[in-house]
Amino acid sequence: MTIIYVLIPVGLILLGLAVWAFFWAAGSGQFDDLESPAWRILLDDDTRPPPDDDRADEKKDG
Amino acid sequence: MISDTACFHCGEAVTTGRRYLVAFDDGDKPVCCPGCKAVAEFIRQTGLAGYYDFRTADAPRPDAPEPDTIRPEWLAYDRPQLQAALTVEIGNGRREILLLIEGVRCAACGWLIERAVGAMGGVDAIHVNPATARARLVWDPEQTQLSRIMDAVARLGYRPHPVTAAADSAVATRERRQALKRLAVAGLGMMQVMTYAMSMYAGAFQGMDEDIRAFLRLVSLIVATPVVLYSGFPFFAGAWRDIRAARPGMDVPVALAIGAAYVASLYNGVRGGGEVYFDSVTMFVFFLSLGRFAEMAARHRAGSLSDALARFAPATALRLEGEPAEPVTVGVAELAAGDRLLVRPGDAFPADGRLCRGNTHVDEAMLTGESRPVPKSAGDRVIGGSINTGDPVEVVVERTGADTVLSHVGRLLERAQTTRPVIARTADVVARWFVVGVLVIAAVVAAIWSSVDPAAAFEVTLAVLVVTCPCALSLATPTALTAATSGLAGDGLLVSRSDVMELLARADRMVLDKTGTLTRGRVSLQELRPLGPESTDGCLRVAAALERESEHPLAAALASARAPVATSVSVARGQGIEGAVDGDLYRIGTPDFVSVIAGPPPSEAGDDSASVFLGTEGRWLAAFTFEDPLKPGLSDVLAGLSDLGVDVEIASGDTRGPVERVGTRLGIDRRRWRQAPEDKLERIRELQRAGHRVIMVGDGINDAPVLAGADVSVAMGAGAPLAQTSADMILLGESLAPLPDGIRTARKTLRVIRQNITWAVLYNLTALPLAAAGVLAPWMAAIGMSLSSLLVVLNSTRLGGAGGRPAARAASARPPGSRQATAAETGS
Repeated sequence: MTIIYVLIPVGLILLGLAVWAFFWAAGSGQFDDLESPAWRILLDDDTRPPPDDDRADEKKDG
Repeated sequence: MISDTACFHCGEAVTTGRRYLVAFDDGDKPVCCPGCKAVAEFIRQTGLAGYYDFRTADAPRPDAPEPDTIRPEWLAYDRPQLQAALTVEIGNGRREILLLIEGVRCAACGWLIERAVGAMGGVDAIHVNPATARARLVWDPEQTQLSRIMDAVARLGYRPHPVTAAADSAVATRERRQALKRLAVAGLGMMQVMTYAMSMYAGAFQGMDEDIRAFLRLVSLIVATPVVLYSGFPFFAGAWRDIRAARPGMDVPVALAIGAAYVASLYNGVRGGGEVYFDSVTMFVFFLSLGRFAEMAARHRAGSLSDALARFAPATALRLEGEPAEPVTVGVAELAAGDRLLVRPGDAFPADGRLCRGNTHVDEAMLTGESRPVPKSAGDRVIGGSINTGDPVEVVVERTGADTVLSHVGRLLERAQTTRPVIARTADVVARWFVVGVLVIAAVVAAIWSSVDPAAAFEVTLAVLVVTCPCALSLATPTALTAATSGLAGDGLLVSRSDVMELLARADRMVLDKTGTLTRGRVSLQELRPLGPESTDGCLRVAAALERESEHPLAAALASARAPVATSVSVARGQGIEGAVDGDLYRIGTPDFVSVIAGPPPSEAGDDSASVFLGTEGRWLAAFTFEDPLKPGLSDVLAGLSDLGVDVEIASGDTRGPVERVGTRLGIDRRRWRQAPEDKLERIRELQRAGHRVIMVGDGINDAPVLAGADVSVAMGAGAPLAQTSADMILLGESLAPLPDGIRTARKTLRVIRQNITWAVLYNLTALPLAAAGVLAPWMAAIGMSLSSLLVVLNSTRLGGAGGRPAARAASARPPGSRQATAAETGS
């Protein structure tokens, strides 16, 4: 059972890393807005028409 | 006249006879006005049509389309004085500004702004947070101007407002981040300590080496220490504050239990004997922090006062400088008493002052509740933030900044918020007695055991403290409230003060404002009655031409971009407009005004103050009836309320006619009209004296003191933001339907709280004598406490889905009307 004398300190170090990572994430504002990042992955440039269409549109408008 | 088509952009009914269409890839889409058309076309041309697929709320209705040039009000933001006050230099020659963007309704709005603005040259970064409607913008002043960026945002149909450096949003963000960190430390720590505790419990039964046991206790101590000292800090700070104020609240026993259990565990841990309670302590801290965090999140979402003031007070003004006087756009912060300003129709007055040239009408609805614009002539005082709805005028500034009436209103509200509720005081009193009781019992037990068996005194006292620790009791209310609050938020009813739930459950009277609450708050043309042979379209065309230049609210309902241009237009204040269209002279306005050229009024014209008439020389042409339409679904809401035993009455600042009409149509018998805010407040006091618990639903700034006086105040999310800040609850959409659901949930919440408290008290009453008698070891007390808490939490989570209504309602929110239109009811 002496292995726990190694494993638990390792666990503590990992815990410290996890807390540090969380502090860093919170401090850099990653938890300030939990809504729009979820959308941002859906909303992307995909819906932008190809360049050709852009020009066609402009001609139509003009 | 009314078609059922909804505007593709803003979702309002398309009411005008002629349609505006925008060509999208999947066909032409109808929109309601030139403003929406311009925005929708701009969005399509920039390739951002995906916005319409992903948005979850309709867009705000934009003002009339912007010309291609940048409006001067944005140009002012390029002035160095203004930039120095509002923006921050962040190195590399880049500047940063925080903008509050009015009209952001859902994540897609944020996306749209980020895409459209982010693609501009010179913009380094723009991040919009839809939850707070704030945008952080970083740009390069060398490559582009701030005015250009602000203009681009306005072109999308939103209104950017700069947030000054001292805005409290930074405070809120810091508070939130801090609370998250404390929660994370408590949560992670709790999980670790639990695993150690588990193995120690197992070891107690199966045998465990003394070395390993000591080691696990040491590790638990190491992990629990930051949890107690860092995550538990707010409780100690709160307890210390309570003690200094000689008003023991819940924080005192909480801090005492955490502190005592930790110190005892520390003592035993170092000593190497006796019990340690690190597991109970960390769990305790975690659960309490979780409750606090949920409360804080709800509070932050309710918005802040600075937001509201930022929206009402314009950021720029047109100052008349030099000889001859030339208007120069300057920042409001640069104004001083004595400055002469030019205020154009439709603009808000930048500061308090006195008219020095010109006559006009001023919309002061957000301060006085007067629904019609007030006539003002030279020498009259005007209030900063009120809107010039008439002609261009010149104003001499008298008071600026913190001295203005608007700022005073803000301060009054802040004060009203700090001196509040009966329920909070009652809860404090109960808590104080409970806390005092716990402390006294613990002291008595300690004294008795010290004389009987000094060796066991500490353990027994600790067992008593732990067992009577109001863990379950302190969780009983917040967990239930949090669950109910989040459930209601999904339904579109935001609770900004969780202690309101009890009053909401007991309410038996609801006082409703009319404009913007029962009605849409936006006049629209209800009926066009021809009085002559002319076609309705022809009449509408002429009326639109005459009203085109007018800033009158009714004009907005008539205006149409395709109307011909009227010549030699003259405005008779309070009566109507005269002008020539295609060579013929027309008058639109009151019957008296029109009869001057049209002859005696026809019998069917009647004396309806809600109508506006159109006539030409020798002939009457048409009567227009305007109305502020009722919101849909009100009868269901009223039926729901009467099922719940809540009586409803109307108290409106409007005149008798419209109030009577609305009351009759909805079957509400108790109605009051011409109510100034003081009258409404007096009515509420009267009801309260008669033993009623009153819910007040309103939307305007003028309702703010009334809202503060009611037992429960509900503000419409679409209404003035200032009212929201003093309101206990906010309706996110335009519908009132979440109200009956809210009352139902509140009653259920109260039931659950009662169950929780009953359980917690029963547990304490059973466990306390056992602990005091020394039968219960502290570890048993800790397990009992944890189990009772768990039961309470599980019971509360039943409330989560209690609303039972689809969350989609929040998404179906209709946009708010423009401010001018909100003021208008009837007549001209």
